[in-house]
Amino acid sequence: MENNWSQSYSLRKAKDKIFLAAVSLAALFAVLPLIALLLFVVFKGAGSLNWQFFVNLPRPVGEAGGGMANAIVGTMAIVGLASMFSLPIGIFGGLWLAEWGKGKRGFFIRYAVDVMSGFPTIIFGIFSYMLLVLTLKRFSALAGGFALGLIMIPYITKTTEEMIKMVPRTLKESALALGVPEWKVMLSVVLRTAWNGIFTGVMLAVARAAGETAPLLFTAFNNNYWNFRLDQPTASMTVQIYNYAISPFSEWNNLAWAGSMVLVGLILFVTVTVRKYSKRINYG
Amino acid sequence: MSIIKRNKGDVWFKTTALLLAASIPFIFLLLFLLLIWQSRLSLRTFGIGFIFNSGWDPVRDQYGALPFIYGTFVSSILALIIAVPLGLGCAIYLAEVSQSRFKEWLATMVDLLAAIPSVVYGLWGLAVITPIFGLSMMSAGVLLAIMILPTITSVSREVLQAVPLSLRESARALGATKWETIKLSVLPPAASGIIGSTILGLGRAVGETMAVTMVIGNRPEISGSLMAPAYSLSAVLANEFAEASSNMNFSVMVEIALILLAFTVLINGVAKLLVWKIIGHNRIH
Amino acid sequence: MDKEKIVVLGLKAWFDEKQALHGINIRIKEKKATAVIGPSGCGKSTFIRCLNRMHEAIPGARAAGRILVDGQDIFGPEVDPVLVRRQIGMVFQKPTPFPTMSIYENVIAGLKLNGLKGKELLDEAAEQSLRRAALWHEVKDDLKKPGIGLSGGQQQRLCIARALAVKPEVLLLDEPCSALDPISTGKIEELIHELKNSITIVIVTHNMQQAARVADETGFFLLGELIEFGGTKGIFTTPRDKRTEDYITGRFG
Repeated sequence: MENNWSQSYSLRKAKDKIFLAAVSLAALFAVLPLIALLLFVVFKGAGSLNWQFFVNLPRPVGEAGGGMANAIVGTMAIVGLASMFSLPIGIFGGLWLAEWGKGKRGFFIRYAVDVMSGFPTIIFGIFSYMLLVLTLKRFSALAGGFALGLIMIPYITKTTEEMIKMVPRTLKESALALGVPEWKVMLSVVLRTAWNGIFTGVMLAVARAAGETAPLLFTAFNNNYWNFRLDQPTASMTVQIYNYAISPFSEWNNLAWAGSMVLVGLILFVTVTVRKYSKRINYG
Repeated sequence: MSIIKRNKGDVWFKTTALLLAASIPFIFLLLFLLLIWQSRLSLRTFGIGFIFNSGWDPVRDQYGALPFIYGTFVSSILALIIAVPLGLGCAIYLAEVSQSRFKEWLATMVDLLAAIPSVVYGLWGLAVITPIFGLSMMSAGVLLAIMILPTITSVSREVLQAVPLSLRESARALGATKWETIKLSVLPPAASGIIGSTILGLGRAVGETMAVTMVIGNRPEISGSLMAPAYSLSAVLANEFAEASSNMNFSVMVEIALILLAFTVLINGVAKLLVWKIIGHNRIH
Repeated sequence: MDKEKIVVLGLKAWFDEKQALHGINIRIKEKKATAVIGPSGCGKSTFIRCLNRMHEAIPGARAAGRILVDGQDIFGPEVDPVLVRRQIGMVFQKPTPFPTMSIYENVIAGLKLNGLKGKELLDEAAEQSLRRAALWHEVKDDLKKPGIGLSGGQQQRLCIARALAVKPEVLLLDEPCSALDPISTGKIEELIHELKNSITIVIVTHNMQQAARVADETGFFLLGELIEFGGTKGIFTTPRDKRTEDYITGRFG
């Protein structure tokens, strides 16, 4: 009897050991790709990154010294446009949902936000193409910004709603009790108190939008030259990286790595900083 | 001081906020209507047969979406087969096993995987994965597995953490080992949420575009071999949408977008129902 | 005969379908402290929140009846609740300094949000309000520091200073000491004695000793009705109603 017990116990112990080894291994395998990916980006990217990358325009195959200067500016312009379009909708939409969105209308809007956040991003590119490119009859930074803005809206709306809901009711009431109109209370007390958290969400949305390629393929399209008009085809880092990546020329492939390194560096920098920062959010 | 005066500011403010909020479902509806409207030609011409037909020859105006649907689902399911054991294992490790400080670092690393742009995954896939598997269904599946790992891991982890501590403690008190505790008292209540996280991963894989486009081979054929090139709904859109040569071709492209959208919405809807039951509604992912 | 500042006639209040007040009639005298006591859920908070129309800030809440302040009905159809609140200030149970603002900014928040400009004017208002709230000497060197850095009692006096800065004629205090220690409570009670020389005070409290110490008149609420109202001494020594007697002798609530 006693023998049986200890035997089965040692079997159970062994099973436990196997289980622990399996999940630890799984955890290891889950981070391996990230490490491999970062190593590749850093080593391949650093090899072909130089100052010309940041100041020069793309050059034809065979000509050294090509860069992504116009694509860097283009990405900034497109993401800037996207923010201008999505911030008011996201922040006021989130505010409305948090304060007045309890009823049927709120449910409906929240539902739309939620479903939209799961759309494949290329769908927004197609929507923007049908709405703006077909009507303006040309690819443009505007169409690209519109598509990226649509991707940002659900993120910003959700974050804003959650952050505003975390602002204590009593804070809003104390401001109302001072005889301040509600709209001023919303802007100067409620939004201001929630601002750090909202800002975090906005930055994450911006980082995400800056890394999008598919919605730009047939909206902003691409451009090998400087362009400062918002109604013209505009280069972006991601589309440029894509074109270089699938090209058969190794020097262009190298430029794709260099671009990836800059882009990944920026995105990870924003993501990590914002995550650290958001842990310190305090509503008093 | 008089107390009589109408304050118009509040009405204006509330109306503005409501209009901006309402613009979201408005855009949502507009998007759906526009997709349906622009695909009407294809919808009317091919009807339901479109999704069961595998002929694809734009030059002769022959269209069938089956190769793309097949490619999308086979590559996504391949991704799930690889990513679910790893992601779930990693989630169990993070939520149940690890006590070390290394754990927070690991969780952050996995979350950072989600922040990396799709096009960079594609570039990396071309350098690391396609040399092994070629431009093929398999490459797409492996790359997608890596891309959906963070989703599965972080959602499963949240689900596991939502299981009350008392359930674990009562199993431990009976002398159960860690594995038995997890098997008997943690996994059963978390099961529907874990399935939800898997389906959420599926939704992500189905909608993923750039990385798949770069490694899947882009050939509209249904092949029994996973090592053969294939095509997916999102990839055909990325490659051919802007190049549509005729009205019919364009309309067909829009219908493919509509099919892709319908699949992801359906999948995400089911997933969220399962996950929400466990960790509550308002989460940012 | 003292002048009546607030006359409440047939005040009823609801939260959605649930009625919280069933026809309250009360007359509150100018420059006196009036206490409202009663067990939890008796409607005493709802009552004072009606006095500056804060009650309706809660979604689904509504009120009916008449509340005359200096003879003017604050439920009148043309009345803007924002302007009512500027005349009738309020301080809440939990101290609520605005977390993004310094002590100084907190005090002048009401003035600034209502469009008052000019540094000298604001500086003067800040100092005066902090003095009236007996906080000036403790914070005058730290005005730029955040308001949430103060102790609980100081935070509550900061909130009183903030409410006083907009120069209200009435100050409503909704259980202002329930989150505070006895020493801070003592300071706020002293402050109430000072303040009632210049303004009318209505205080809700669950602490009967506090009502006895600070109030000139006291009303006892039970289940949304005003059971008894009169001079504080009378209520506590010779209550007319059996239910009041039961409550103040600690037999329920």
